[in-house]
Amino acid sequence: MKYTGKVLALGDHIDTDAIIPARFLISTDPAELGRHCMEGYDPNWLDKVTPGASVMVAGRNFGCGSSREHAPVAIVGAGIAVVIAHSFARIFYRNAFNMGLVPIEIGDAVSEFREGQEIEVNVDEGNITNTSTGKAIVFPPLPAGMRAILDAGGLAEFVRKRLAR
Amino acid sequence: MALTLAQKILAAHAAVPVSDVGLEAGRIVNCKVDLVLANDITAPLSIKAFRQMGAKEVFDKSRIALVMDHFTPQKDIASAEQVKGVREFAEEQAIAHYFEGGNAGVEHALLPELGMVGPGDLVVGADSHTCTYGGIGAFATGMGSTDIAAAMALGESWFKVPETIRVSFSGTLAPDVSGKDLILWTISQLGVDGARYKALEFDGPVIDAMSVEGRLTMANMAIEAGGKVGLFAADTSTLAYCKDAGRTNDAPLAPDPGAHYERRLSKDVTGLEPQIACPHLPENVRPVSELKSIAVNQVIIGSCTNGRITDLRAAAAVFAGRKVKKGLRCIVLPATPAVWMQALQEGLIETMLQAGCVLGPASCGPCLGGHLGILAAGERALATTNRNFKGRMGSLDSEVYLANPAVAAATAVAGVITHPAAL
Repeated sequence: MKYTGKVLALGDHIDTDAIIPARFLISTDPAELGRHCMEGYDPNWLDKVTPGASVMVAGRNFGCGSSREHAPVAIVGAGIAVVIAHSFARIFYRNAFNMGLVPIEIGDAVSEFREGQEIEVNVDEGNITNTSTGKAIVFPPLPAGMRAILDAGGLAEFVRKRLAR
Repeated sequence: MALTLAQKILAAHAAVPVSDVGLEAGRIVNCKVDLVLANDITAPLSIKAFRQMGAKEVFDKSRIALVMDHFTPQKDIASAEQVKGVREFAEEQAIAHYFEGGNAGVEHALLPELGMVGPGDLVVGADSHTCTYGGIGAFATGMGSTDIAAAMALGESWFKVPETIRVSFSGTLAPDVSGKDLILWTISQLGVDGARYKALEFDGPVIDAMSVEGRLTMANMAIEAGGKVGLFAADTSTLAYCKDAGRTNDAPLAPDPGAHYERRLSKDVTGLEPQIACPHLPENVRPVSELKSIAVNQVIIGSCTNGRITDLRAAAAVFAGRKVKKGLRCIVLPATPAVWMQALQEGLIETMLQAGCVLGPASCGPCLGGHLGILAAGERALATTNRNFKGRMGSLDSEVYLANPAVAAATAVAGVITHPAAL
């Protein structure tokens, strides 16, 4: 899996109320939730997301707070396929795989990426290249069990295949 | 191997027996679960995923709890449609523990009260505050809706064995200082990600003497330090609480002497003041005496953190003979119908009504900015709830402070954040 795009930079402790405020949890529709992605952080944030600018790079503890799966659903619904962070909150990290959103944890190396820079993410090889600066970083391969969930397109499909066996 | 509480409970639930090596922190264990929980916000996504999985039946219709508590009583058409969908699923699957309307309360207050959770249980819930049940010695943790759908279908889930941080409290608690203050202090020490992916274990003489309700309050906010679970040993107080809740055959539970802890924190609580979490993170904690002249527009008393009977007693004791400050709205939401009834019988409801409080239904309500007390731009609330993220209770330009119920009541009376003793 390879992804390219411009960086959408975010700080530490981006909570799930910022990603999708509770007042929007009256829907389970990815497109509808996607229309309100990050509205609890900045009501105009979504204006920055374009097909070419679609990789979130955040600081520590991304996705902290509520267990609402609507958070990764909203991110996917907004057209974002990858979130890179210094670290992820536990429930969000699990939810991301389950929703087919790729979460990549890279620690202090997040400082290599700035808003608007072009990057290329290679999930199979475990590296991220900042094509704006030429700098590349590596990350450990995703655990096999997690990779299997992503390859199936999320946990629901993964379980469907298991139940069908 | 000497085991922590987390290791002990995971080992007891392993789908296939695990060795000592398999219980080391970082290992993945597949476990059978005792109870699977979802609410009116998270269950709709779980049901969607359950269908997508091609699952036909839940693994055990007596081990699923569906609690309609967040946007209930149904606040608008969309939330009513969501509840309707969950109700139909519960009927189709003959799920015994479906709660809506007069038998519903805030899930994490309701399930322990009904005896649905006990020491040593393994519980997963599509709600981050599922960790509350650690207060009675259950390994209980929040997950997303699809993980919960998988658990509903399979009766099992995977868990990464967590490291444990042990937090010990000694000394004597001052009046008007309670479990809420100890957990806010803990979060201030660890930070909002200090226990990320880890278990917290609480002990010490102060915990031994603390009510089970106080422990539930503390366990509830383990997630606010990033924790996976917040665990307490099950002692005689726990067993008495569980017996009152109608349970039988529960046994004491304690970590093994010599278990490995990644980190230990200890605190002599003597002289500890009520703690206040300031905007916009639960780690921004200061003693109440450091906060001067902070006027609030709204006070909320309730939630899965502090909506139980001991919380209402603490608040009503402050309200007795006093009035809520003119122009301030103080909203009290007893967490369950039984808490409501008990408060009524004890005269607490009358005391609070006479003080000028608004008494509302057993609902999560404003805690997550749902309904029943939303903040306008520029407004400030003090709440007994668990999160003060930006915009959590309404406008992005509002503020939330977190405190214990006695401080909340005192603040409602004074109009500014206040220690009850200062009234």
